[in-house]
Amino acid sequence: MALSGMRGLSVFISDVRNCQNKELERARVDKELANIRTKFKNDKGLTPYEKKKYVWKMLYIFMLGYDVDFGHMEAVSLISAPKYAEKQVGYIVTSSLLNENHDFLRLVINTVRNDIIGRNETFQCLALTMVGNIGGKEFSESLAPDVQKLLISNSCRPLVRKKAALCLLRLYRKNPDVVSVDGWADRMSQLLDEREIGVLTAVMSLLVALVANNPDAYWNCVSKCVRVLERLTRSQDIPQEYTYYGIPSPWLQVKTMRVLQYFPAIDDPNIRRSLFEVLQRVLMGTDAVKNINKNNATHAVLFEALALVMHLDAEKDMMAQCVGLLGKFIAVREPNIRYLGLENMTRMLMVSDVQESIKRHQVQIITSLRDPDISIRRRSLDLLYGMCDVTNAKDIVEELLQYLTTADFAIREELALKAAILAEKFAPDLSWYVDVILQLIEKAGDFVSDDIWYRVVQFVTNNDDLQPYAAAKARDFLDKPAVHETMVKVAGYLLGEYSHLLSRRPGCSPKEVFSIIHDKFATVSTPTKAILLSAYIKILLHSQTVDPELQNHVLAVFRKNETYLDAEVQQRASEYYALSRKGPSMVDVMAEMPKFPERQSALLKKAEDTEVDVADTSATKLRLMQLTSTAVVVADQKPANGVHPALTRVPSGQRNIEAPTVPVANGGQSPAPVDFLAIEAAPTHSAPESSPLVGPGDSLALALMDNQASTVQIGLKAEWRGNQGRIVLFLGNKHTAPLLSVKAVILPPRHMQLLTSNVPDTIPPRAQVQCPVEVTNLSPSREIPVLDFCYNNSSAMVSFKLRLPVIMSKFLQGATLAPADYIARWKALMGPPNKLLQEVVRGVKPLPLQEMSDLLGSLHVAIAPGYDPNVNNIVGAATYFSENPTLCLVRIETDPADRTQIRLTVGTPDTSVALELKEYIKERLVDIPSGAAPTSLPGMPSPADDLVGPAASLAGLI
Amino acid sequence: MAIRFVLLVNKQGQTRLAQYYEQLTIDERRALEGEIVRKCLARTENQCSFVEHRNYKVVYRRYASLFFLIGVDSEENELAILEFIHCVVETMDRYFGNVCELDIMYHLEKAHFILEEMVMNGCIVETNKSNILGPIQLMDKSF
Repeated sequence: MALSGMRGLSVFISDVRNCQNKELERARVDKELANIRTKFKNDKGLTPYEKKKYVWKMLYIFMLGYDVDFGHMEAVSLISAPKYAEKQVGYIVTSSLLNENHDFLRLVINTVRNDIIGRNETFQCLALTMVGNIGGKEFSESLAPDVQKLLISNSCRPLVRKKAALCLLRLYRKNPDVVSVDGWADRMSQLLDEREIGVLTAVMSLLVALVANNPDAYWNCVSKCVRVLERLTRSQDIPQEYTYYGIPSPWLQVKTMRVLQYFPAIDDPNIRRSLFEVLQRVLMGTDAVKNINKNNATHAVLFEALALVMHLDAEKDMMAQCVGLLGKFIAVREPNIRYLGLENMTRMLMVSDVQESIKRHQVQIITSLRDPDISIRRRSLDLLYGMCDVTNAKDIVEELLQYLTTADFAIREELALKAAILAEKFAPDLSWYVDVILQLIEKAGDFVSDDIWYRVVQFVTNNDDLQPYAAAKARDFLDKPAVHETMVKVAGYLLGEYSHLLSRRPGCSPKEVFSIIHDKFATVSTPTKAILLSAYIKILLHSQTVDPELQNHVLAVFRKNETYLDAEVQQRASEYYALSRKGPSMVDVMAEMPKFPERQSALLKKAEDTEVDVADTSATKLRLMQLTSTAVVVADQKPANGVHPALTRVPSGQRNIEAPTVPVANGGQSPAPVDFLAIEAAPTHSAPESSPLVGPGDSLALALMDNQASTVQIGLKAEWRGNQGRIVLFLGNKHTAPLLSVKAVILPPRHMQLLTSNVPDTIPPRAQVQCPVEVTNLSPSREIPVLDFCYNNSSAMVSFKLRLPVIMSKFLQGATLAPADYIARWKALMGPPNKLLQEVVRGVKPLPLQEMSDLLGSLHVAIAPGYDPNVNNIVGAATYFSENPTLCLVRIETDPADRTQIRLTVGTPDTSVALELKEYIKERLVDIPSGAAPTSLPGMPSPADDLVGPAASLAGLI
Repeated sequence: MAIRFVLLVNKQGQTRLAQYYEQLTIDERRALEGEIVRKCLARTENQCSFVEHRNYKVVYRRYASLFFLIGVDSEENELAILEFIHCVVETMDRYFGNVCELDIMYHLEKAHFILEEMVMNGCIVETNKSNILGPIQLMDKSF
């Protein structure tokens, strides 16, 4: 191959190549730029050859990363040259250097048009290519009709027509009006009859864009596309030059299959049959071959076929075949195939109901998380994230945590974020959630954003049961060497608020807690120092007996920081100093933080936002949209008697339609149609002497996730007094459209009387309505009232059931008895008649004695430590309020040798109370929430049935 | 489903050909090329041919000292692009006869002509080598 005609260009390229470093290169380039500038400026009589040479030099310099704006005009002016060689340079360099916003392009619009409508087909090609690459709106308006004419012309050669097709694609994207739907549907269909593969390839790209915007209009193209596929897969009439390693243009095959994925569904049985024949042939007939190029090409087609099969929602067999193939791919050695196997499995998760069969490959997918290739690790992470649900959340999140310690920097942030999101979304219980986040902070503190630890604080603050646990955990983490600052923040906050709950444990006295936190004080940043100061004063004022040594120490710290550099720290230190000197009268000022109002997780919101952030209308996204719109299974279907609208709209995926008239008593046995997350805050009156009968307002967050988008949020606030309660339901519409035909009906259990006020029929967009409910407890029962909520969100009826946290412990009030009194009552219950109910419970979650005692306390049973001479036993008392208050005595005898079994005794004058209370306590002690509890009463919500979705597992917390 | 750039880089990381099908400023190009080249060049033979970078997916292939990189969106069929790279190389082979880095470097315009016949507006327009090379060979004869 001879050197190109331009010697000056070659010399310049050699010079640049010989430059030893970037400075020399820049010097040489600057010299050349100066040269080109003067040439362009001075010599009016540049020969076409010289002009060409300088323009190519500019392109070369531009490629090296230098600015050549001054020369744009010269490049553009070459377009108007009469000779092909100059025109070509003008067109090509212009489309490389300029973009559609450059004003210079306007100057040549007429020349370009003349080239397009002229007779010279080489000029036509050049002009069409340039417009196709950088044409803007103005080109679109003035050239579209001419370009269309070329595309459908019979006299034009394929050479021109394929470029016209892609040029039109550009013009259409700039201004969709240039292609009128009416006329073009038929034309596109005719164009698909084209035999020439090059034209067909270009037309197919145009068709993708047209169909993506308006699939209904191009319906007539479906059968043509299938015919093209048949032709290709059967190798009919394919010129040798269009086969690639024996495969008829794999690119056209892929493109054609892609077009078909933009049509919502293909219903015509004949077309469907032909298409499935083609796809079946691809699925079955693709074997691994030695030649790498051939192998890649066949697999390119195969992966596209898999995507199309998923899109078409094929029969079960074929779907199973696809999952099977992908399962095979993710285990092969060839890294490209493995990567694509993982990627396509992730896509499959989004569109089809194959979650279960994909779960079978979980082990293999986890292996890929340790692949040496980061691309593969990312795919595996995405897939694990996508396939995670309540059943495997623990496994997957723990796997992610483990991987976090060895993961490379590039992926850590994403990993930490995903682990945090999954932990929040699918936590089987909140203590696990706290564990996960604390570990996350320990292992990757730098990547744990404030949102994540704020969320932990919110959960812990709103869940009294969780507080001692979280505080104890935080305490443990502070003991470790090299504690991350985020850990110091969260631990400081939690211990400040709740360390007094731990004071009876070894190593957790206020003094000890203070000193372990204060160890970190010197090394942390200013905002953390401020948090710690607040923790100190809380520790000081929360401790029951003031320890003068601790007080002196804390005061000294405040004193010292009164002159700290930062104003915030300074202010806190001085104020806390003054406050703490006032002593116990300040306890109220430093009381525990009140419950947070329910709020959406900032983290989940962020995750949703980034998912929306993909700009292009992608096939996958379109498919997802189609999925939500076809998911409308039931329209308004009111039961005949109209009393309880137990109407269910089944979310996508599940196609079982609940019988519309479910008797109230069985309400709880119908599977909860929508997953929900209930986070409950138990009232804080665990110290009965000091607190009034009414607990502080229980605020509660029931964050409700409609499984497509969170449109509704239901919050709840409750107050309890004796056997009565007042609940306020907050029904919030988060949607931008009003919710219509809203109905909120509470199916009351038989033991309760519920007075519900009316709910308005419509909830306006982004508004909240309140619905007060009066509850009266009449007789003992563990049954829980169910809120049946339904609404019309403009496209469909949605309905779901929520269990309200009106549980037995709400009607319990801790009772403190003198030891003698306690023993006398116990003896009286022993009978005869024996009113003590006793049961040996096995399969209990092994808990330290203290935690078990805390657990009992959280059910509002006042623990009486030391009343039982055996240290392995816990005893307590509470008053149960139904129509008449009943005093209940509780004893748990633990076996130090076997922590999984206990003997539980409950005694009350009223055996029906004892029976229910015993079962209620038992359910909370057994490992899986309520799993082992017998369904003793007919009509009770059967725990086994409720064990679906995160709702069930979280319901165990209430 | 579109090609967003085609990049040819040698193993020292020097750009030998760059064609973008979307609007980027020169600073953005420089930064993008730097980051992508660093990522791809660090990879071993046993790793897959796809690298995710920002919102691009880069499909790349190495031929002796030269790396061919094609940036695509997340919707593109990766293997089809991987083989398209090979198709480009085979076409250049046919024209230059066993193409090497210097051919592309010193015949930048020819490389551009070939690419222009094969990709337009981010779409594959032609894979038939005779069709691609026809106009270029015609022009060579006229010299």
